[in-house]
Amino acid sequence: MLELKDVHFRFDHEVLNGITLEVRAREVVALIGPNGAGKSTLLGVACGMLQPARGAALFEGRDVTSLARREVARHIAMVAQTSELRFPLSALEYVLAGRYARVRALGFDSPKDVEIALASLQATDAVQFAARRFNELSSGEQQRIVLARALAQEPELLLLDEPTANVDIAHQVSLLELVRRLAHERGMGALVVTHEINLAAEFADRVALLKLGRLLACGTPREVMTADLLSACFETQLIVDTHPQSGNPRVSFTRIASERR
Amino acid sequence: MTLPNEKADANSAGGFLTARHAAFTLALLGVALIAAAAFALAVGSEHVATGEIFKALVAKLSGNNSALSREQEVIIFSLRLPRVGLAAGVGAALAVAGASFQALLRNPLADPYILGVSGGAALGSILGIMLAGQLPYGRPLLSFMGAAAASFVVYRLGRRDDDPARLVLAGVVISTFLSSLIALVISVAEDVKLRNITLWLLGDLSSGSVEGLLFVIVTVIAGTAALVTQARSLNLMMVGERDAFALGVETGRVRWIVYLTATLLTGAAVSAGGAIGYVGLVVPHLVRLAGGADNRLVIPSSAVGGALLVLLADTVARVALAPRELPTGAITALVGAPVFIFLLLRGRRG
Repeated sequence: MLELKDVHFRFDHEVLNGITLEVRAREVVALIGPNGAGKSTLLGVACGMLQPARGAALFEGRDVTSLARREVARHIAMVAQTSELRFPLSALEYVLAGRYARVRALGFDSPKDVEIALASLQATDAVQFAARRFNELSSGEQQRIVLARALAQEPELLLLDEPTANVDIAHQVSLLELVRRLAHERGMGALVVTHEINLAAEFADRVALLKLGRLLACGTPREVMTADLLSACFETQLIVDTHPQSGNPRVSFTRIASERR
Repeated sequence: MTLPNEKADANSAGGFLTARHAAFTLALLGVALIAAAAFALAVGSEHVATGEIFKALVAKLSGNNSALSREQEVIIFSLRLPRVGLAAGVGAALAVAGASFQALLRNPLADPYILGVSGGAALGSILGIMLAGQLPYGRPLLSFMGAAAASFVVYRLGRRDDDPARLVLAGVVISTFLSSLIALVISVAEDVKLRNITLWLLGDLSSGSVEGLLFVIVTVIAGTAALVTQARSLNLMMVGERDAFALGVETGRVRWIVYLTATLLTGAAVSAGGAIGYVGLVVPHLVRLAGGADNRLVIPSSAVGGALLVLLADTVARVALAPRELPTGAITALVGAPVFIFLLLRGRRG
């Protein structure tokens, strides 16, 4: 579905240094790594917002930077950190913006668009905010509205930049459960940047470990999330054991370990 | 909570813009504008009843003689009617320009006057009067170029800024800079035409010419129509340019269309009626307060609302201290400055 091929990108220094990564339909790939690893930049390249210096991001074999934006938006939805909104838009209007690429440039939203927008809000457990003003909601509630807007695009690929930031633990779990369900049941692909490595271990089919613009490892959580690899990646002593119920890797730290070092 | 209830709630609470709501709002504003125009035609030094004016208008259109005296005819149709048209056109242009700059810069404090765009247009207009008086459309052309230069600077300063007040600060600096340039130009020039320039700078609709009126009306209609086609894209740009791009908006193209059109509207308005301030701030704000922030409604409603506001302000300016006339811009500033301060304070709190 999405192929990142030898992607190089630089601002004033090399941010991405030859990343090759694939996201297939029906899978959730978590992108983890320390601050400044280039995770958000990689999402920017994946949705065609940033033009790589070398290499390319291909969606179904086509270079995303060569496609019209409406075309891209019909297939790929991006959820990034929101900026402050200074106008009185309702949550429903915010989500209806997700229908932009699917309706005519002029005219009003059809009952079908409204239905899809409300269903998207329902999916992120935010339908009760529909008529409320977006900028009056808490940042965690806003995050759920933004995810609903991405769902309203009816995309095949979801790119999520820290979708669980500012979200309480119950909604973190339900949001990632939703993403996993969309991937496995509706055949979507998802690339999720997250700092919550234990959520990645539970919900991702594959984990990509990024450090200083290079891909350290990529594979199932059990393959990638080892104490050695994670400790090297984050440059801190991490403990990895097995979750007693799911059997997935569980990452933790202890003060004693870091003091011993 | 069940979905059907929420659905009904979202609709009834005005959760999104429907065609019916948009049509109703525009019709209401249109009726108010027609009433205000009728009132403005009737009042003044020579009072003529609205019914008489209407009859005379019908008679004129059907080629018959009207019941009005020659003097009354001249006053109503040659003096007041062009002035009413000019006030409406200038008001519509400034309000639509304001609404567009606000969406483009993601800042509800943006207004062509506050940002210094009107100042650029005023400087251009004055240079146009001095240097290009002979050229047809020399004045609006230079006015547009002045507005374009000023709005380019403001846009570069304000587009990715997180603090709405900083953009305003930049606008103030640009305005004062342009004011000193205008003062410089005026003091160098000794042209008789420039005598009343200070009054004109505050917004003066009494000296409008017929070709100026036509230019403004055509620009307003074409400009508003162009911006309405971009309204949906502007809704997304208002949330954030990066978001808009990801959602399918060709942000670069929309930015240029909106920037050029809003600048053209400002240039046309200022070259015809002087720098009337705060219209672009007050009108879109009131429109959003009443009908939400969807630009598909905000832009056309701002056109009608702006026409209404400047028409009323100009009528007050004409009648309040008759036979003396006040500058129209002084009246709009009396209304607009408090609204601006209110918005600034509310922005700080939020």
